[in-house]
Amino acid sequence: MSEKTEKTGQRLPVFKTYKLYVGGKFPRSESGRVYEVTDSKDKWLANAPLSSRKDARDAVVAARKAFGGWSGATAYNRGQILYRVAEMLEGRKDQFVREVADAEGLSKSKAAAQVDAAIDRWVWYAGWTDKIAQVVGGGNPVAGPFFNLSTPEPTGVVVVLAPQKSSFLGLVSVIAPVIATGNTVIVAASEKSPLPALSLGEVLATSDVPGGVVNVLSGRTAEIATPLAAHQDVNAIDLAGADEVLAKELEIAAADNLKRVIRPQAVDYTETPGIERLTAFLETKTVWHPTGALGASGSSY
Amino acid sequence: MSGGIHRGLYSRYARRYAPLVTMPTTATSPTAKHVGGTPTHALGDVTASDSTLRRFLHGLPGVDAVGLEARAASLGTRSIKTTAKAYAIDLAISMVDLTTLEGADTPGKVRALGAKAVHPDPTDRTTPTTAAVCVYPDMVATAKEAVAGSGVKVASVATAFPAGRAALDVKLADVRDAVAAGADEVDMVIDRGAFLAGNYMKVYDEIVAVKGTCGTKARLKVIFETGELSTYDNIRRASWLGMLAGADFIKTSTGKVAVNATPANTLLMLEAVRDFRAQTGVQVGVKPAGGIRTSKDAIKFLVLVNETAGADWLDNHWFRFGASSLLNDLLMQRQKLATGRYSGPDYVTVD
Repeated sequence: MSEKTEKTGQRLPVFKTYKLYVGGKFPRSESGRVYEVTDSKDKWLANAPLSSRKDARDAVVAARKAFGGWSGATAYNRGQILYRVAEMLEGRKDQFVREVADAEGLSKSKAAAQVDAAIDRWVWYAGWTDKIAQVVGGGNPVAGPFFNLSTPEPTGVVVVLAPQKSSFLGLVSVIAPVIATGNTVIVAASEKSPLPALSLGEVLATSDVPGGVVNVLSGRTAEIATPLAAHQDVNAIDLAGADEVLAKELEIAAADNLKRVIRPQAVDYTETPGIERLTAFLETKTVWHPTGALGASGSSY
Repeated sequence: MSGGIHRGLYSRYARRYAPLVTMPTTATSPTAKHVGGTPTHALGDVTASDSTLRRFLHGLPGVDAVGLEARAASLGTRSIKTTAKAYAIDLAISMVDLTTLEGADTPGKVRALGAKAVHPDPTDRTTPTTAAVCVYPDMVATAKEAVAGSGVKVASVATAFPAGRAALDVKLADVRDAVAAGADEVDMVIDRGAFLAGNYMKVYDEIVAVKGTCGTKARLKVIFETGELSTYDNIRRASWLGMLAGADFIKTSTGKVAVNATPANTLLMLEAVRDFRAQTGVQVGVKPAGGIRTSKDAIKFLVLVNETAGADWLDNHWFRFGASSLLNDLLMQRQKLATGRYSGPDYVTVD
């Protein structure tokens, strides 16, 4: 019998248990729930965790804890780490091509194009980390003996509702700019196709991104997003994956502690993104620094 | 066989531990012979001499470590929700001894802590006050001023806290200073070195002396530093020793060592105070200190109290939490219950 099995090359299938990615660990949902994820033709692919509000709460704690270290890292260092993510993705491209093809019903070549674009996007944002300060910060001319400097600073903990349709390229396009500038992020993966997002967690865990900088939750977007939009320790929310009704509701909840909000908008994720998403979660800090006493000549030198 | 009171204690232990005791407890209880002789409580004669005290403490049944930890863990699985949770959180807030015991304590920090103890959540005046603030003796006067008129007590650590390595005179002077400055409660540390060396009488005498110095002005909490006592048996012995010497509270730890209050060692001490009251009629409080940081942990301790010592101890006169960061978590949970939104550290004071 065993000989026959060997000859025909049959193996027992090894299914993957998809898990959340929170605080650098891979927990199941606190609620113990899962839901069935299917491909575009309703064929079962895997069970994904169905996150509860408590998973969301834990993710905020993890993201807040990671914020100090990540925002305090040098921009250059963040750039190196994001580039490392791209390197790791390159090595696991086949897996992502398969998952994206299943999730979005694409042919293998079209899915490969999406994954390539997503990897290139990581590299693109990795390059921006130490350049954005020059673009949106700088020295301001003021009428007085002061240096007046504006520097962009990260907003804090950002919640991102990943685009529902573009399960990987869209996901990367909303996460990468947020963490490139030093924020930490909690991302609610696409409700129907969360698998590429959950696998991205595995890549992030092995590419020097400190635990808690990116936290991936899968489940019902509305269920995860509602407590997060009202959470007092969340500083901003990107509603990319919310429909119109949900977005309105979340925006109202987010107003309570004056979260920054990006409203859902039609985006073609294959286009070059521009720097809007980078600057959306930056705050400008301006400092006045005395130049010192001016001599009789009008200069202290 | 022996006196009724004696049987009360031992049959309790016998019932609970008989199948589990690994060390034979052959020593007969000294109380058996002398019960009834003392006016204060039935165990008065235990402390007549070094040898009677040693025989009594070593006659206490051994602790079943696995059973104790399993019991503490199983009591930690209770689900406390909604109105019960709201009650537990308010109770826990009212039991907090808000503590700052840093070398860097300034009068300003102590005043800030006092203000926080009086109004833990300034945005919600229905929040109960904490039980006390706990400071070093030289900060007692400042703390007293900060909480004046609020009912919040001032506790002071004393007796060469946290090591307790000083001569008795020095320790007593420390206590006198604290009491003179107006401390309502004194937290003393026992001499762990003497305890571990088996010199129980020395430890006992020190506690008695400190208690005498406190007089009626201040309640005495005795810190055992359970993390340094090595075994559960030692914690049980220390608990009984402290209670025999007249402690008003027995307290787990200083918060200055690696292992502080755990559910298991607190459970053990709760059993001791329960049995002590059954034996002598004297009620003694318990204070776990150090390492309790979340509301969830605090509620687990409250379950332990209710299930072990009973509802009589569910009051800040008999049970306290020695903590500082715990209060912020309790306040955030309280805000969550009130508003339905998760709160964040931006909405409580950072101290």
